[in-house]
Amino acid sequence: MDLLKVVLRHPSGRIGAAIILIFLVLAGLGAVGLTPHDPLKQFVVDRLKPPSLTYWFGTDLLGRDTFSRLMLGISESFIVAFASVAVAATAGTIIGLFAAWWGHLWDGVLMRTMDVLLAFPAILLALLIVAIEGAGMVTSIVAIGIVYTPIFARVVRAPALAIKGREFVEAARTFGSSQGYILTRHLLLNLVAPLTVQITLALAWALLTESGLSFLGLGTQPPAPSLGVMLAESKSMMTRAPWLMIFPGLTIMLAILGFNLLGDALRDILDPRTQGRGA
Amino acid sequence: MSTLLSVRDLRVGFGRAPEDNEVVKGVSFELAAGKTLAIVGESGSGKSVTALSVNRLVDFGGGRITGGSIALYRPDGTAVDITAADEPALQRIRGREIGMIFQEPMTSLNPVHTVGAQIEEAFRLNRGLVGAAATRAARDALERVRIPDAAQRLKYYPHQLSGGMRQRVMIAMVLASNPRLLIADEPTTALDVTVQAQIMALLAELRQELDMAMIFITHDIGLVAGIADDIMVMQHGVAVEQGALDAVLDDPRHDYTRHLLQAVPHFNAGSAVRSDGTARNAAPIVTVDNLAVRFPVTRGPFRRKTGAVHAVDGVDFDLRPGETLAIVGESGSGKSTTARAILGLVKATRGRIEAKAGRSGRPVQMVFQDPYASLNPRLDVEALLAEPAIAAGQRLDATLRARMVFLLERVGLTREALPRYPHQFSGGQRQRLCIARALMLNPDVVVLDEAVSALDVSVQARVLDLLIDLQREFGLAYLFISHDMAVVERIAHRVAVMYAGQIVEIGQAAAVLGAPQHSYTRRLIAAVPAIERRRQHFTVDVTQVPSLVRPLGFEPPAAKWREAGEDHRVRVEESA
Amino acid sequence: MPVTAIYGRPANSRAADMNYLTQRLLTFPLVLLGVSLLVFFAIRLVPGDAIIAMLGTEAGLLTDAQRASLEAYFGLDQPIIVQYGRWLAGLFEGNLGISVTYGKPVLEVILARFPLTLELSLLSMLISLAVGIPAGVFAATRADRPSDLLVRLFAMLGQSTPSFVVGLVLIYFLSVTFRMLPAMGSFTPLFEDPIGNLSQMLLPSITLGLSFAAAVTRISRSAMLDVLSDDYVRTARSKGASQRDVVWKHALPNALIPVVTLSGVEFGYLLGGAVIVEQIFALPGLGRLTLDAISQRDYPLVQGAVLFIAFNFLVVNLLVDLAYAALDPRIRLGGK
Repeated sequence: MDLLKVVLRHPSGRIGAAIILIFLVLAGLGAVGLTPHDPLKQFVVDRLKPPSLTYWFGTDLLGRDTFSRLMLGISESFIVAFASVAVAATAGTIIGLFAAWWGHLWDGVLMRTMDVLLAFPAILLALLIVAIEGAGMVTSIVAIGIVYTPIFARVVRAPALAIKGREFVEAARTFGSSQGYILTRHLLLNLVAPLTVQITLALAWALLTESGLSFLGLGTQPPAPSLGVMLAESKSMMTRAPWLMIFPGLTIMLAILGFNLLGDALRDILDPRTQGRGA
Repeated sequence: MSTLLSVRDLRVGFGRAPEDNEVVKGVSFELAAGKTLAIVGESGSGKSVTALSVNRLVDFGGGRITGGSIALYRPDGTAVDITAADEPALQRIRGREIGMIFQEPMTSLNPVHTVGAQIEEAFRLNRGLVGAAATRAARDALERVRIPDAAQRLKYYPHQLSGGMRQRVMIAMVLASNPRLLIADEPTTALDVTVQAQIMALLAELRQELDMAMIFITHDIGLVAGIADDIMVMQHGVAVEQGALDAVLDDPRHDYTRHLLQAVPHFNAGSAVRSDGTARNAAPIVTVDNLAVRFPVTRGPFRRKTGAVHAVDGVDFDLRPGETLAIVGESGSGKSTTARAILGLVKATRGRIEAKAGRSGRPVQMVFQDPYASLNPRLDVEALLAEPAIAAGQRLDATLRARMVFLLERVGLTREALPRYPHQFSGGQRQRLCIARALMLNPDVVVLDEAVSALDVSVQARVLDLLIDLQREFGLAYLFISHDMAVVERIAHRVAVMYAGQIVEIGQAAAVLGAPQHSYTRRLIAAVPAIERRRQHFTVDVTQVPSLVRPLGFEPPAAKWREAGEDHRVRVEESA
Repeated sequence: MPVTAIYGRPANSRAADMNYLTQRLLTFPLVLLGVSLLVFFAIRLVPGDAIIAMLGTEAGLLTDAQRASLEAYFGLDQPIIVQYGRWLAGLFEGNLGISVTYGKPVLEVILARFPLTLELSLLSMLISLAVGIPAGVFAATRADRPSDLLVRLFAMLGQSTPSFVVGLVLIYFLSVTFRMLPAMGSFTPLFEDPIGNLSQMLLPSITLGLSFAAAVTRISRSAMLDVLSDDYVRTARSKGASQRDVVWKHALPNALIPVVTLSGVEFGYLLGGAVIVEQIFALPGLGRLTLDAISQRDYPLVQGAVLFIAFNFLVVNLLVDLAYAALDPRIRLGGK
């Protein structure tokens, strides 16, 4: 909890945290249906209306309220982002940790496998997985999760190797501490810092990728709104109804920005170079 | 003698409000041309910042001169006020009139430029030489600092050279312009003792040849005695005592100076060793027999074994209960590898290590060198102390906690330490925590791998005293690994000297330190800086440590020993 | 800790050079093999019978004999391992199979579209490096001053904006302000009509280039800041080196190392991210080809295209590693 206080003192941290909080609230409200209007209801009479007091962000071609759709869209995107990062972080950490701990053969095999996954540009791999499983939210989660796992593995492996060679781990071996004890109390605890930073940045990236996938029609399927879907739909209406493009665009950007700012602040704070310089 | 540098009431601070954050609080001194001033202090004394202010390099590290003046006098009588000079003027002064060498030779050279390119740059900046002329000058400079094969070495990159060589390269760069002042910021701290002696000799020789003034920063007051004309002692940003070398060292006025002089372990050539030892015929508690540790060297993509690094090659010794056996050597000697092999951290290639089962299941424990790295920063003291016990199958209950408190108090800390984290303690305190942790399982033997080397001198002395007390109280045997002869003299009963993976001399401390027989032991002892040796004449010698890499299947010739007294054996040297 | 005094190796030692390179070259085919395995078997997991996918409802009109001969033609009647083996063998001959949708050899179809994607990626990379590196260096040398904060703000915004948002915004401004829509549709090759080609590529490259430029700016800045506080920079200053010397001769070569590493990774993103940009600007590139092929269940084409893109990415990574070795003598020559 001291970490929270330190983060809030950092300028980018403050802004990032604030943005994320707002979005979380919106997402929560959107998920339980507490929106100004029903996001799926088509107010056919009020099609393509610009922003007004009734429809804060205007309506689209089918007369749906943009703001309400955005709230639902944020909650959909956030669910995908958080779930996929949870998958990637867990799988990646386990793989990276064991590659570093067992070393030699296992390290080679595990990291080469990660290399194979990394040989695919992210979108391509996601496309492939979506092609196999069919488009949808769960598929997006699986796809993004798989794509990001090797990155977590790499990010965890380097510090894990460094910690493995440090004297307090050697000391643990001289006591005869069990491997489980060393892996959890010594390695994992000290990996929390780089992991936290990476998770935050991964969330930013997951949002970015998820919106890209939905834009291509491979993520959340209509009529369920997703930020990417809304942008795709706005393209043809661009000159007539620019608000349909501006608001979803801004929303995506702000959401990603929030996580990036927070991640940056965390990285500054948890930089190993500023730690350990004791009295 | 004309004055070269005049510093008056210098104040230097850091951060957004430097006036409130002063690290140097009013320091004054004068330096005459061709003379050497030594600035001595422990960490946090402000000695480095003072040095970095003379050529205004502090500005780039976030510091600012908040008061006082620094005047540099030129031969024609004019003076430059360094504190007021602008950047272009300072650039001309740096390198040309004031040269500097730093502490860490490893990081002080640009890794992507060849050594030659970097020296040539110094010649280009300060003497305007380019092209072939610069290359020739660079080669001459390398020869001046006694680097063999100078022409070849120009093409090397810094990471391909040893620490001592890198420091010579730094010196060569500085000499490019014959500066009138050389600032040396702890230039030998990161080097081995014998290499240190070589560098000191080189500096002394060059200083004389070029009539160069020098400001020599160090924490080692013994080193200073051999090279300085004047000395200034700093503490907490203030100069507590300064004056001519002999005056200050022989008749220290300030408490801190006295404290420093006392705390620095004096090397007394074996006359101050401990007299409490274990009987010679007591059964050994650790026996090491013909220990060899080799690491394979591989070449090519398929990791073909082409040879091996013989880190330890044929080492025998006994350790008796209650006694301290010190293993002395420099880096590459194999002393740390031996210690690690005894604890099972490194696999012995051959040989036998026998530790008698003592009071508990794990009779041998270890205390490491780096107090910052040997404690998990994320665990509190209670968890840290509990770990060995938990690993041995005990439970974290009241009895265990009672033992923790008992040991904490024995090492000079209190039960308040239990809920705290390592970063809340100082280096010396952390080392005490490590000692307490090592004693949790009631061992018979504690291996201390350079356990005091990373501590400030005054802290060092107290920790050594603690170790001696604990040894007497708990009947511990110590295997004390160190490179510092003076420290060894204070704590060891017996001494083994290691060189290139082998023991070259072993025996009673008084005998080995007082009457060394092997040439390496003699060289090692001669290189130890001591206060008594004033303005000593360092003999310039360029002996390099032999490579430890041997071809596959190489077996060293059987060791021949000779007795040089009761409990004093020396390896017979092959005549070159 | 004092440094071991072991003699160093000569600067022209070939031994260490070979070691690093050969290691990289050896793992390359291994990874490629892994990629081919993944691609081949992943495609097989796609639901839907290939014949039905190809012919749609007409598949129901086939007689058993016709179906059997179609399957035999496409080799679909063999056990899967054999299919993989035959495909792999074909790869060595440069035969990636026949595209079901186009009826032409897969390689031919891919190569027809490749130049566009390649040009797009290279142009974007060029723009991003040309904008990003100077911006990052500039910001680092004026750290914490207003100009630095401005650069960081833009870089942060750039990195947080998906490329398709940038693209849409650019199109919007073009159509609204200039009442002009960028040329879309068929591709004008570079050498046939440079002006036409570049006017087509300009907007898409800027779109991709800007988002990547943001990342390059941030990496350059942080690498530069790190390097400027390194000891050897202090040494250079103590020799009397000017700020310009320090930044361009001493700091930049060291700071470029992480930037180069990033470029390799991001080039892969460009190759893939081109997919979305191609969609927006309706460019007939490799990304769109793959997308369409997936939805049309054109197995051979999907396999070939994915493998091709992955191959390119691996090659670029290898080149980046070589560049890395060229920049950093510690990698190049081994040593302690």
